[in-house]
Amino acid sequence: MAIFTRGFTGRSREADPDLPPGQYLADDFPVLSAGPTPKLDRADWTFSVQTETGGVKWTWDEFMELGAEDVHTDIHCVTRWSKLGTTWRGIPLDAVFDAVETEREFVMQYSYGGYTTNVPLEDLLDGKAWIAFEYEGELLAPEHGGPARLIVPHLYFWKSAKWIRGLVMQEQDEPGFWEQNGYHLYGDPWREQRYW
Amino acid sequence: MTGGWLVGTVVETRTETPSGRSLVIDVPGWTGNIAGQHVDVRLTAPDGYQATRSYSLASADDSTRVQLAVDRLPDGEVSPYLVDGVEIGDQLELRGPLGGWFVWRPTETRPVQLIAGGSGVVPLVAMLRARAVAGTTAPMRLLYSVRTPGDRFFADELETLDGIDYAYTRQVPDGFARPPGRVTPEDLARLTIPASENPAVFVCGPTGFVETVARALVDLGHDPLQVKTERFGGA
Repeated sequence: MAIFTRGFTGRSREADPDLPPGQYLADDFPVLSAGPTPKLDRADWTFSVQTETGGVKWTWDEFMELGAEDVHTDIHCVTRWSKLGTTWRGIPLDAVFDAVETEREFVMQYSYGGYTTNVPLEDLLDGKAWIAFEYEGELLAPEHGGPARLIVPHLYFWKSAKWIRGLVMQEQDEPGFWEQNGYHLYGDPWREQRYW
Repeated sequence: MTGGWLVGTVVETRTETPSGRSLVIDVPGWTGNIAGQHVDVRLTAPDGYQATRSYSLASADDSTRVQLAVDRLPDGEVSPYLVDGVEIGDQLELRGPLGGWFVWRPTETRPVQLIAGGSGVVPLVAMLRARAVAGTTAPMRLLYSVRTPGDRFFADELETLDGIDYAYTRQVPDGFARPPGRVTPEDLARLTIPASENPAVFVCGPTGFVETVARALVDLGHDPLQVKTERFGGA
């Protein structure tokens, strides 16, 4: 595009190779949610995976026995902020799917409060996704998805469902909440897959 | 379907508050938007450096002119330029409209309660305008929380409308009954459409404000699925 904006100089000229196109570095941790933050207690929390043959369900304590690990990762929100080098602690989805039998290749994430977002199963495996319950050494705050949220940080962050309640295995990749409301079915930040 | 980048030209600017300004931008090719939607704005420096941010639209009509209203963030890269730097005739790029959830369509007939904190009023003003243009009779009220009377965006326009209540957090006008302070559950019970009337509720503002208000609304009996929120800033 040949236009430029008179008088705008911007700030940083150092292109950060870890910053996807069209993103800027955020100092704070913005909150984006479509509705009220649900009130959730670990004592009432369960997590399930539903498959074509049934499924598996865990209480909080059972789920913790799957084994948590620390995660250092960058996160990228479609509203254009990114945070680099964030630290989380969570259960890898690999451990979850070790306990699940399914032939289906697509996943719908379901949240307490009704949010949904879709993701291919392969994007959740091989060390790419976690059910996180700590952020920067603290319990995950409710407005950021506590007690637990899914994180799949190589996709735009709306793909990382807050207040995660369970996964439903699907034969096809169906659109979730934001995917029905204007946002991309897959959401790769490096390819700027923001909108339809 | 979101198209590509469109070149817009600033045709009008207006100082709204000590820290905020509204801009009218003529965008040939803009095909209109629904009230509540936002737009990506891209600025390009002479050396090619680009910065992009999302802003809510205050306008919701069929023209090629869109209106933004921007609050200056102290450490911002883009907002200080839009508030203090940009002049009539300057060019920037826009992409949108974006978002299909935090929207109000004039065909909807349910009562609507809008609740704004600070510059969060912008997409809600678009809803008030869309209702006025459509001439619908759907009840629509706004509760607007803002620091002082001088910090109100679109103050003159809002004065002409019915159904607007203010909650000032720092300083109130002479004779204003409610003392300064943050919005409380009691304020919401007194100044907003009750849950029993099953209103559609839109809450927009800083994260802390929206968290507090949305939680209180649920406690007052509103169905969480009928409370749509948009937050800005960290927590």
